[in-house]
Amino acid sequence: MSPQTPQVEVDPVRVVPSEMGRSLERADGVEKVTGRARYAIEQAPSDALHAWLVTSTVARGRVTAVDHSQALAHPGVVAVLDHTTAPRLEESDNAELVILQDAEVGYRGQIVALVLAETSEAAREGAALVGVTYAERPHEAELREDNAVHRPESVNPDLPTDTEEGDVDAALAAAEVVVEETYRTAYESNNPLEPHAVVARWEPDAEGPVLTLHDSTQGVHGVATALAPLLGLEPEQVRVTASYVGGGFGSKGEPHSHEVAAALAARAVPGRWVRLAVTRQQMFAMTGYRTATISKIRLGAHADGVLTAIEHHALEQTSRIREYAEQTATPTRMMYAAPHRRTTHRLARLDVTVPSWMRAPGEMPGMFAHEVAMDDLAIAAGVDPVELRLRNEPETDPETGLPWNDRRLVECLERGAEGFGWSERPSEAGARLDGEWWVGTGVASATYPMMRQPGNQARITALPDGCYAVSIGAVDIGTGARTVLAQIAADALGCPVTTIDLEIADTTLPSATVAGGSSGTSSWGTAIVAAAQQFRADHGPSPDPGVSTTASAAEHRAAQTHAMHSFGAVFAEARVHRLTGEVRVPRLHGVYSVGRVINPRTARSQLLGGLVMGLSAALLEESWRDPRFGHFVTQDLATYHVATHADVQDLRADWLEEDDQLATPMGSRGIGEIGIVGTSAAVLNAVRHAVGIPLRQIPVTPDQLVGALPGS
Amino acid sequence: MRELTYLRPDDAAAAVAAVSGDPEARFLAGGTNLVDHLKLGVARPGTLVDVSRLPMDAVEEVGDLPGPLGTGLRIGANVRNSDLAADRRVRERFPVVARALLSGASGQIRNQATTGGNLLQRTRCVYFQDVTTPCNKREPGTGCSARGGHARYNAVLGASEECVTVHPSDLAVALAAVDATVVVLGPDGERRVPVADLHRLPGDRPQDDTTLRHGELITAVELPDSPGARRSGYYKARDRASYAFALVSVAAALDLAEDGTVREARIAWGGVAHKPWRATRAEEELRGRVPDEEAVRAAVRVELEAAETDDQTAYKTTLVEGATVLVLDRLRQGGPR
Repeated sequence: MSPQTPQVEVDPVRVVPSEMGRSLERADGVEKVTGRARYAIEQAPSDALHAWLVTSTVARGRVTAVDHSQALAHPGVVAVLDHTTAPRLEESDNAELVILQDAEVGYRGQIVALVLAETSEAAREGAALVGVTYAERPHEAELREDNAVHRPESVNPDLPTDTEEGDVDAALAAAEVVVEETYRTAYESNNPLEPHAVVARWEPDAEGPVLTLHDSTQGVHGVATALAPLLGLEPEQVRVTASYVGGGFGSKGEPHSHEVAAALAARAVPGRWVRLAVTRQQMFAMTGYRTATISKIRLGAHADGVLTAIEHHALEQTSRIREYAEQTATPTRMMYAAPHRRTTHRLARLDVTVPSWMRAPGEMPGMFAHEVAMDDLAIAAGVDPVELRLRNEPETDPETGLPWNDRRLVECLERGAEGFGWSERPSEAGARLDGEWWVGTGVASATYPMMRQPGNQARITALPDGCYAVSIGAVDIGTGARTVLAQIAADALGCPVTTIDLEIADTTLPSATVAGGSSGTSSWGTAIVAAAQQFRADHGPSPDPGVSTTASAAEHRAAQTHAMHSFGAVFAEARVHRLTGEVRVPRLHGVYSVGRVINPRTARSQLLGGLVMGLSAALLEESWRDPRFGHFVTQDLATYHVATHADVQDLRADWLEEDDQLATPMGSRGIGEIGIVGTSAAVLNAVRHAVGIPLRQIPVTPDQLVGALPGS
Repeated sequence: MRELTYLRPDDAAAAVAAVSGDPEARFLAGGTNLVDHLKLGVARPGTLVDVSRLPMDAVEEVGDLPGPLGTGLRIGANVRNSDLAADRRVRERFPVVARALLSGASGQIRNQATTGGNLLQRTRCVYFQDVTTPCNKREPGTGCSARGGHARYNAVLGASEECVTVHPSDLAVALAAVDATVVVLGPDGERRVPVADLHRLPGDRPQDDTTLRHGELITAVELPDSPGARRSGYYKARDRASYAFALVSVAAALDLAEDGTVREARIAWGGVAHKPWRATRAEEELRGRVPDEEAVRAAVRVELEAAETDDQTAYKTTLVEGATVLVLDRLRQGGPR
């Protein structure tokens, strides 16, 4: 925020859609496909030094010595930093970020040194030549059902750890139908196309920022705010940009240790640019991942499938050096009606790298477990799976008693069932063999909370010729924010989108929250609307060029009075080869209620991408940690399988027409995550229906199926 | 990367001389595997001898091959995987070769990878590729991490205490099923090695993937025509539909009598051993029989009597049985292969 433009808080009113709702092409599409879009690592000048990370090869212990001599003797190597030679950091309770300060090793793959060199090749070879010796200590890196666990104080982002209502045990004892099963999801690693990378310069005597970072991040202000105190700086002394970002899926939502490493490296060579690219293999060790989850679920119901009790115990892991508690059981709290309910979260502290956000943290593994459990209940009660969900639809939020903003799950299920041809589904499993393939169909519900983050500001400035500069520090991580925010600004100002000159992704712009939690468009867009409406109030319909208004939106009061969620229904067809157990998914359809869709083209991409990611989780994705070593040994895209084009066939995402004014003045709610939620359950439920085997874990792979198929 | 010497000799003999005289030298062809290894530190050669531009890039008709017909194709070692898969003669006379190639890697990698290089690619065992973990193949004597670790790709036939990994090539499996021969140039001249004898079981020397001596260069692969080769096919069972290494794969060539019984069957398996596994016992079992599902299952089980599995690999015997049924059934029907 520039000092001459005082900030005001505005309660924005409904924006009349005109540009909103149009399928505009991506504003940066041409730059991206022609290679002109410059990503973080490409911001480095040609004389930048190259940093390469040296990472620990033990899971727990102490570094006893770091031998720099061979590395320094290698041509091109300029410096080696380790815990004895790196610049000092301020104290912090985020041990993930406090690197190179002491000899302790908390996980395998932790940064223990870094090499600076004139070329990338010299830096990499130098890193291989750094001799690190360790005093190794015993480690625990395996999540089991019998780990020692603790109860976290809260779960991500700041939700109650446990909840209880009624008498679950009594209700289960009295229930006519009971399901009691364990559901498992695997470790998954975020793999955006663009690996994490940062270009840094430290200029202690400059008039401008002391530290400049061109980063690949989901939130520039978040990086500045997190790094500044570690480095003894004020946030204003750290400038962060992220002009183009090739995906993040949560792994770029918070800074990780490589960003601190780049800052330390830059500080060691003041005035010089330093570039640090994280390798694909290093990503598996240091940029976050989704914890594996073990969900123990008990459902009690009447004979007709109407739920009386829901219980969900989530067991998962965190890192001994920093706690992260995935909120796995939280969607279970609000999804279906039942008078007796209990949810808990317990964590095993392991000597492993720090888990973090991966697309729909909590909702993804939690809804997998709950929605497969619902399939178990449908089978036990002899009720059609769609009908079962309709019978358990709550009038109000079961957890808070608040009215819904606009819960339209029933419409999603009914419309989806009709389009998919659900009524033709045979009720019994393992009933249809088509040539060499067992065929089945499955359904699951989806949900995701609607969130509008505080702390966003936008600036509107009149330009000559009736154009407007719209400025906010938000980051477009490939979702289409650059396109969609211009559409919002245009309608909020009542002018064509061609008159909007949008500036984003720089901490010199008004502050913006992270591109995460499906909250970006809602949060940034609402701030833009607030600023635009205040701008018109301040400057009228024909402002003089140069006049400007900066504003933020008032508190989101409806969030206190309503349970704010999006919903969806996912339908899948699965085919399982009778001889090989290979699974293919010829159809995957989702119907969503997500508020107004501001740009159908970019929105569809988000929803389809979520569906693909859910399919991929159901059948393929697993970071396989070797407990003997403590790290993921599947650490590239050949051994960590994500879905390929050939795995994705008839994929559809549709949505209901909506205008949710309780959510945002645009009528929108957020779409980044809901596509992955429930999808893995729909796919697994379809596989179960195809082969008649009670599967309860993902990924489900041919090795699990081939020996268990009907007739084998 | 270490400084290394890069040589690009003008002819194959010079390339052979350059590598055979230098224990730290390696041939470089398409580079799709070796360049990864340079980056990861898995391979640290002192010299790279680039053979990718040597004129070994033609598919030619030949008439003097061993085998019943004597005719066949000679494939230069530098023929790209994508070109070989698209060659009309290969598709008609050796469909198993085309199908195996197309089931491997991605379009971009197939454009870059060569015939010779494909056969000499190294295991994708995660421990072999991770220099922070013990691996007898990468560093003899350090131990085998795959045993008791991430094991679902491990061998079930012919493994040793020292190494339980499998060979990753699809092409090699197909070639084993059509009795192909590899033409090798060494310091002492040219020799021919049946593909079945090119790769070896790990034994106590897991560092050696093949029977080639240091400095020997594959210059060509010869494919002898046969009735079975025309009725041949490949199936690769894998987690995802494309771009994945085989859980198991099956290459088969079937010569059927008019009454539908097997005159000659050739079956090779991938993903089960340190080399393409010719299922010769199963082939014998099928001779003279109609290769229906029951007969194929029985024949496969005879071959698998020697299999050794653990919790993570037990599925492979079931899977290779199913995949063999699948391939032979398609060949018998004459349908899509």
